[in-house]
Amino acid sequence: PPPCPHAASVPPPQDIRNTVGNIPMEWYEDFPHIGYDLDGRKIYKPIRNKDELDKFLEKMENPDYWRTVQDKMTGADIKLTDEQVELVQRLQKGQFGDVHFDPYEPAVDFFTHEVMIHPVTNRPADKRSFIPSLIEKEKVSKLVHAIKMGWIKPRKPKEDTPTYYDLWAHEDPNSILGRHKMHVPAPKMKLPGHEESYNPPPEYLLSEEEKLAWEQQEPAERKLNFVPQQYRCLRAVPAYPHFIQERFERCLDLYLCPRQRKMRVNVDPEDLIPKLPKPRDLQPFPTTQALVYRGHTSLVRCLSISPSGQWLASGSDDCTVRFWEVCTARCMKTLPVGGVVKSIAWNPNPTVCLVAVCVEQSVLLVNPCLGDKLLYGATDQVLESYTPPEEERVQPVQWLTATVEEHSKGIRLTHLPPRSPQALKQVTWHGKGDYFATVVSDNSSMQVLIHQTSKRWSQNPFRKSKGLVQCVLFHPIRPYFFVATQRYVRVYNLLKQELTKKLMANCKWVSSMAIHPGGDNVICGSYDSKLAWFDLDLSTRPYQLLRHHKKALRSVAFHKHYPLFASGSDDGTVIVCHGMVYNDLLQNPLLVPVKVLKGHALTLDLGVLDVLFHPTQPWVFSSGADGTVRLYT
Amino acid sequence: PRRRLCILKGIYPHEPRHKKKVNKGSTAPRTFYLLKDIKFLLHEPIVNKFREYKIFVRKLRKAYGKSEWGTAERLKDNKPSYKLDHIVKERYPTFVDALRDLDDALSMCFLFSTFPRTGKCHVQTIQLCRRLAVEFLNYVVASRSLRKVFLSIKGIYYQAEVLGQPVTWITPYAFAHDHPTDVDYRVMATFTEFYTTLLGFVNFRLYHSLNLHYPPKIDGQAEVELKPAEGKEYAMDSESYLEKLSALSASLVRVVAPAQEDEVEMDEFPVEGETAEQMDARRKEQEALEKHKKLFEGLRFFLNREVPREPLAFIIRCFGGQVSWDKSLCIGATYDVSDPSITHQIVDRPRVEQQVVGRYYLQPQWVFDSVNAKLCLPVADYFPGVLLPPHLSPFVTEQEGDYIPPEKLKLLAMQQGEDPGEESEEDEEEEEEDDDNDNEEEEEEEESEKEEEMKLKKMEEQKTQNNKALPVKVTAGKVKLEDKKRLEQEQQNEEKRLAIMMMKKKEKYLYKKIMFGKKRKIREVNKLAAKRKAHDDAIREEKKKNKKARRA
Repeated sequence: PPPCPHAASVPPPQDIRNTVGNIPMEWYEDFPHIGYDLDGRKIYKPIRNKDELDKFLEKMENPDYWRTVQDKMTGADIKLTDEQVELVQRLQKGQFGDVHFDPYEPAVDFFTHEVMIHPVTNRPADKRSFIPSLIEKEKVSKLVHAIKMGWIKPRKPKEDTPTYYDLWAHEDPNSILGRHKMHVPAPKMKLPGHEESYNPPPEYLLSEEEKLAWEQQEPAERKLNFVPQQYRCLRAVPAYPHFIQERFERCLDLYLCPRQRKMRVNVDPEDLIPKLPKPRDLQPFPTTQALVYRGHTSLVRCLSISPSGQWLASGSDDCTVRFWEVCTARCMKTLPVGGVVKSIAWNPNPTVCLVAVCVEQSVLLVNPCLGDKLLYGATDQVLESYTPPEEERVQPVQWLTATVEEHSKGIRLTHLPPRSPQALKQVTWHGKGDYFATVVSDNSSMQVLIHQTSKRWSQNPFRKSKGLVQCVLFHPIRPYFFVATQRYVRVYNLLKQELTKKLMANCKWVSSMAIHPGGDNVICGSYDSKLAWFDLDLSTRPYQLLRHHKKALRSVAFHKHYPLFASGSDDGTVIVCHGMVYNDLLQNPLLVPVKVLKGHALTLDLGVLDVLFHPTQPWVFSSGADGTVRLYT
Repeated sequence: PRRRLCILKGIYPHEPRHKKKVNKGSTAPRTFYLLKDIKFLLHEPIVNKFREYKIFVRKLRKAYGKSEWGTAERLKDNKPSYKLDHIVKERYPTFVDALRDLDDALSMCFLFSTFPRTGKCHVQTIQLCRRLAVEFLNYVVASRSLRKVFLSIKGIYYQAEVLGQPVTWITPYAFAHDHPTDVDYRVMATFTEFYTTLLGFVNFRLYHSLNLHYPPKIDGQAEVELKPAEGKEYAMDSESYLEKLSALSASLVRVVAPAQEDEVEMDEFPVEGETAEQMDARRKEQEALEKHKKLFEGLRFFLNREVPREPLAFIIRCFGGQVSWDKSLCIGATYDVSDPSITHQIVDRPRVEQQVVGRYYLQPQWVFDSVNAKLCLPVADYFPGVLLPPHLSPFVTEQEGDYIPPEKLKLLAMQQGEDPGEESEEDEEEEEEDDDNDNEEEEEEEESEKEEEMKLKKMEEQKTQNNKALPVKVTAGKVKLEDKKRLEQEQQNEEKRLAIMMMKKKEKYLYKKIMFGKKRKIREVNKLAAKRKAHDDAIREEKKKNKKARRA
């Protein structure tokens, strides 16, 4: 133990030795004693009555003040001896505490680095240095086991084969793997055009609007994936910011895009156009507008021509029927009928001069008193010679003879269906001119009625309604009756009183129907702007479906002698087609559109309402929503 | 790993014929692979290698985690490796197949070789890419197979004809990339892995087809020249070698010394069914090609330091020119600026301070345009500081009805041997005007159909109007000069229209589609022509104004 500094300063050292141990002496601050001596007596603090002034005076006067320290254990002041001061100073300088310690003594090897003949120690070697180590053996056996099991592999020999060699030395062009037979090679990237140049011709640069449009487009929709730009010189060209993205997208395309061989249709569009006979070779057909019949103030809904082809009757929404002379476009007669005229039909019998007019619910039989006086006189006589039968038969309609006033106008007979509140839609004559049929737009079984003029007798041919009837037609030669409902055309045999055929029109809503004078072909116009040509001998489906109108078809017509048919539509055009029917049953009809006739102005979204052929000339009449009737020759 | 396998094996999805049926009734977009393809993947031996590698990575991670350095070292020594040789062979059974698919490989390698050597991908990959790319460039130089070059805003396109196959690749401009965040570099790295293998084998074969050493060796004599004069070590041997190669200024060592290989007369094998004319055309083509290959023969170029060295050196060397650059710019410079034999100096600065007499100072576009035009273009348009003529894409071959920029027309005329000579500006302008007129005429012809329709419509309208005018007036009749041609045309048009009406639905649809496409094309052409005309007019106006101002 180092010499205690207290021992030197205090004469009886054992008396004052404090026994509190190494504790913070602050604990005794508030007590009068400072600890206990060996006998357990209190050691009292030395009496201190020095104030600041005393301390100062002592500092000033006492020459040993700097070497006086207070012993915390006893509270006494101790004056350090010279040795102690020296020690403190040495320690402050970082020197060894012991004055006599020499840190720079010469080093003396106790072993020499040279190998000597004698061992350093004479201790005999351990036994364990003679026998193999168990732990090592264990470790080695573990490694050996691992190597045996293939867990650890000894270092592989470096391969000497060159990285690249002639891979295709023995190439066999036929050695294509099974999978590669249907392999589709990736398409190459598109090569850049002029617009990608750093200095493109000025026309390839985008204008302001184009640039704006480009920016607003979706990136996938853009035609170019960059904005063409012009730089003055190569030096000014910056890096393309999307270069890596583009490469990446190409990579994605290569491995994520489904590949498909798309057969590019490489056809000359001219080859697609069917080779048809030239319209010039199919003349005659109407080509130009010849006459306009003006007079009606509203839609002209229906047209009819006298069998001689001299007179034309037209019915209109302005509640009149007008009779025109065909060649001069002169209105011969105006007949106010007091209702919208939906349909009008001239008696096809050339010896009878009679026109059936549909006005609201009634049919008027009108003698226009035009042409040969003998002829219309005879007609009147025939009508007047009617004698009612003895017993009144029950009829679905009522036949009325015209009043005097009406008679003067030309109206000869009126008949009213008693119950039906619906207006009549159509009237059509049988070829012989005795029978006529009427259609009511009604869903009852009384839609279609057949009337006989000479006997003033009407009958209802159908027991049951088969849907809304659009129009009806008599077969020109045979006793057939055609009834067009919305989707089908039913053909009835009037003699056998049975359904013979049902034609599928393949359209949504049949609007009109016409029959070829030969009787074997029917055309149907529909509101979904289709025209269906039926060959009755061929099939119940249309032989051809023509879609040449842009809007709904309103009416269709056949020419009596020429192989022509026409269709009028809401788009204001009349399309005249050549429709040749051959007597040879093996040859299909030849349909060629030959002329588009325009002339009617569109009013109320309606164009042509009715078309009609002249009975002998290749002329076509059309009535339109603009209140005119036009003749094309 | 499936993705990686698909990329390496070149397996792509298929679009099923009935998408709903395959997708359990849903129409959500999904990718479908053929079952056969996936089964085919299972037989691939590389799958096992991938598994091994996965296990290796796991073991290594574990060893590192346990700080077992010895184990880690041992594992690293036994790192499993795999080769893609058999996949390359399988995907490209013949060499020509590989050449056909080289475009993407080259573009990718050139891109990767410009990547920084930090992050993104392994340094070895980048180095390998650079090496392969430089080797390929050297091959192209040696075989003189470069055909077209194009300075685009995206980068520089090159097209070479390698063994009869056109190979196109793009290199980015030499700038640092700002790496996009939405790109998966692992996918790109997988592609590159395959592409480097492919390109290595292709290079090997190509070098051997020219009797060149592979890996390439620089000619002994040239190598001596290339040695830095001061005897200082330039860089590590391997690195400096690659750099010397990439300098592209030295020719390569051949395995068999070339025994005066020039002017080997091509034996002509008359192909059956080929007329003399065709033969002649072929021979002419061959001659033109030979001439094109020797475009820059005998010319000595010097590249200024602001000019991109590598592309220009490559192009000039490809066409037989000699090229050098500043010594401090790159290794491999063969002569100095002051060399009096220099014929062309490529400069890309607004003006050159000290001009040496006896050489042309030209902008780099001259080299590119000359290569594309297959002749040395007149130099006047390319002097430094001059407004350059537009740089056209050589990849566009205009078909009938396409828009052809007037510059291209001029070029075509020049190629056909018409000497443009010293045309005054006026003449040029006139010529341009003529061109424009020609264009317009063409357009007119194209549009004539439409116009006629319009006229017909108008006539008919007039007719109807005339008919409507009820108060009849008799005016002196005019003798109508009936244009017979016109009438006939009209009639034909009408016939056509009527025939179109009779087309079947399907055919009509197709016809309309084709016609729509044609019309759109015409519209675009017209738009371009109109733009050009407006631009030319504006420039002419400005010129006139300037002239007036000068006069005043």
